[in-house]
Amino acid sequence: MSRKLLLEKAHVEGIRGYEVYRREGGYRSVEKAFKMAPADIVEEVKKSGLRGRGGAGFPTGMKWSFLAKPEGVARYLVCNADESEPGTFKDRYLMEFIPHLLIEGMIVSSFALGSNVSYIYIRGEYDWITDILDNAIAEAKQNGWLGKNILGTGFNCELYVQRGAGAYICGEETALIESLEGKRGNPRIKPPFPAVKGLWDCPTVVNNVETLAAVVPIINEGGEAYSKIGVGKSTGTKLISSCGNINKPGIYEIDMTISVEEFIFSDEYCGGIPKGKKLKACIPGGSSVPILPANLLLTTAKGEKRMMNYESLAEGGFATGSMMGSGGFIVLDEDQCVVRNTMTLARFYHHESCGQCSPCREGTGWMERILKKIENGRGEMKDIDLLWDIQRKIEGNTICPLGDAAAWPVAAAIRHFRDEFEWHVLNPEECLARNYGLAHYADPVHVPVLA
Amino acid sequence: MDIQFSGEKLDKVQEIMKRYPEGKHKSALIPVLHIAQQEFGGWLDTPVMDYVAGLLKIEPIEVYEVASFYSMYNLKPVGKYLFEVCQTGPCMLNGSDQIIDYIKQKLHIRAGETTADGLFTLKPVECLGACGYAPMMQLGKTYREHLTKEKVDAIIDECRAKVN
Ligand SMILES: Cc1cc2nc3c(=O)[nH]c(=O)nc-3n(C[C@H](O)[C@H](O)[C@H](O)COP(=O)(O)O)c2cc1C
Ligand code: SF4
Ligand code: FES
Repeated sequence: MSRKLLLEKAHVEGIRGYEVYRREGGYRSVEKAFKMAPADIVEEVKKSGLRGRGGAGFPTGMKWSFLAKPEGVARYLVCNADESEPGTFKDRYLMEFIPHLLIEGMIVSSFALGSNVSYIYIRGEYDWITDILDNAIAEAKQNGWLGKNILGTGFNCELYVQRGAGAYICGEETALIESLEGKRGNPRIKPPFPAVKGLWDCPTVVNNVETLAAVVPIINEGGEAYSKIGVGKSTGTKLISSCGNINKPGIYEIDMTISVEEFIFSDEYCGGIPKGKKLKACIPGGSSVPILPANLLLTTAKGEKRMMNYESLAEGGFATGSMMGSGGFIVLDEDQCVVRNTMTLARFYHHESCGQCSPCREGTGWMERILKKIENGRGEMKDIDLLWDIQRKIEGNTICPLGDAAAWPVAAAIRHFRDEFEWHVLNPEECLARNYGLAHYADPVHVPVLA
Repeated sequence: MDIQFSGEKLDKVQEIMKRYPEGKHKSALIPVLHIAQQEFGGWLDTPVMDYVAGLLKIEPIEVYEVASFYSMYNLKPVGKYLFEVCQTGPCMLNGSDQIIDYIKQKLHIRAGETTADGLFTLKPVECLGACGYAPMMQLGKTYREHLTKEKVDAIIDECRAKVN
């Protein structure tokens, strides 16, 4: 069983309230951090090897060390709780059940970065969680962990929760900043990066909820100890939100040493696929990452067991691998239709495109329309090539990565499931009545033998 | 309708504006629009947006461009109960299409429409971060998860009972 660093106490009775949280050892990391120099905290986080849990996996300590520190200019820490990537619902769980962990992590991080006012930008739909966080912040403040001259250190820190209003793009850090400034969520052109010019043009660090929560065990146990959990550059623990066709959907904290197969089939995690059905495909890291057929999901093209960590999930690149992404793990059973699933994702990206760049604004609409056409039995063979062509023209040609995020799922679906698309074109009536099924997608991977 | 926040809401607006540095009170726009939508009938009519612009001392166009960007703001009237049913991949894999069809059938409305009695609006939406508890919908402040036809019936009855 994996060691839990974030959710170990999440189900202790009353942990949502300050008293119990503190009794269980909460806020120790703040006491410890206040005895350290801010630069040493950044150093500890660097040592831990922690990588951003929002999707990109960028090393957190390095990001922190890039923060500009011009004299007399405020710096800001903003927590990204926008969580809108389909398949991802882990931050919600953490904030809902153990809100003080995020607040504790934010106080330590604010101290390390010199942020006297920090914000949690939360997706607008998480209305009840906003109340939970507001409550927890009020409790933390009453008990002297926030406000002026915290614990007599001279450090001041206020924490506010800001609700968004329904826009996936506001999870992109520069769009989030625009939104926090009271504007439309249009991503900014980088550079300048937020570390130099972010919120109100001040140096800003944007980090995911889970990233900031992980700062607590890193400070408590030391960066070195944290880095020893996991494997390679996948240090510490990772929250995985699993959904789709599995027996036990939910949130699992894993230490990144288990295999994908164990994660899906063991009773400790997803508990296998309902009704004894077979595994067809999986999107292992949120809707933006490439979908893999069962065979490549469980075994890399080299014939090795695929593991639940950053490196192994990406093994083989986009040709035969995928990504850890946000940890949104979506499983498709043998009765699901990859074309329809891809269509819902294309519709999602079309709806969520901010519209600033034409390849994304127009391309996502085209992809949605063509996928609907194929799904509804009105597709032609040349539509599949057109679809491929459109996604190629979006990728890399846009201001922000939403364009890529829209292109990748379509590319991977065609790359690995082209015959399913062709079957729709060739069987326009049958495809309305039934799905293509498992076909050969779980067949053993052909491993090239080197001479 | 008289467009004017109650004293309590005005205090709330003042409190929100204090969360940002001097001169950056435009940041209060999104939270204040949430309050306005809740107070003035579940949607943002132009006079409501103009009122918010006046409160925050910004131009009306700055409010319109924000209100039209975010999907939680309704720019047209909606029913008393707004069923926001998620239709994205993970929910689809667990039967959200069937739930949406069932609601359409039961309430005799299409997506985006409101029932003749003004009670219910159906709004298919994109992923709400409840993918593991699919199919699901948002109803007011809370989520209704693991939906079945029976649960949908019960939710509709519950709403009807509240107005009677
Ligand atoms: C379209 C888009 C949506 C994103 N949504 C989120 C999100 O909901 N939550 C999040 O933490 N990061 C999201 N990100 C990543 C952020 O831009 C940013 O990299 C992240 O918040 C950095 O925090 P981390 O380093 O702690 O992961 C998104 C990125 C893009 C391009
Ligand atoms: S890629 Fe899409 S979402 Fe990103 S800035 Fe361009 S149009 Fe907006
Ligand atoms: S896909 Fe429906 S809540 Fe995420």
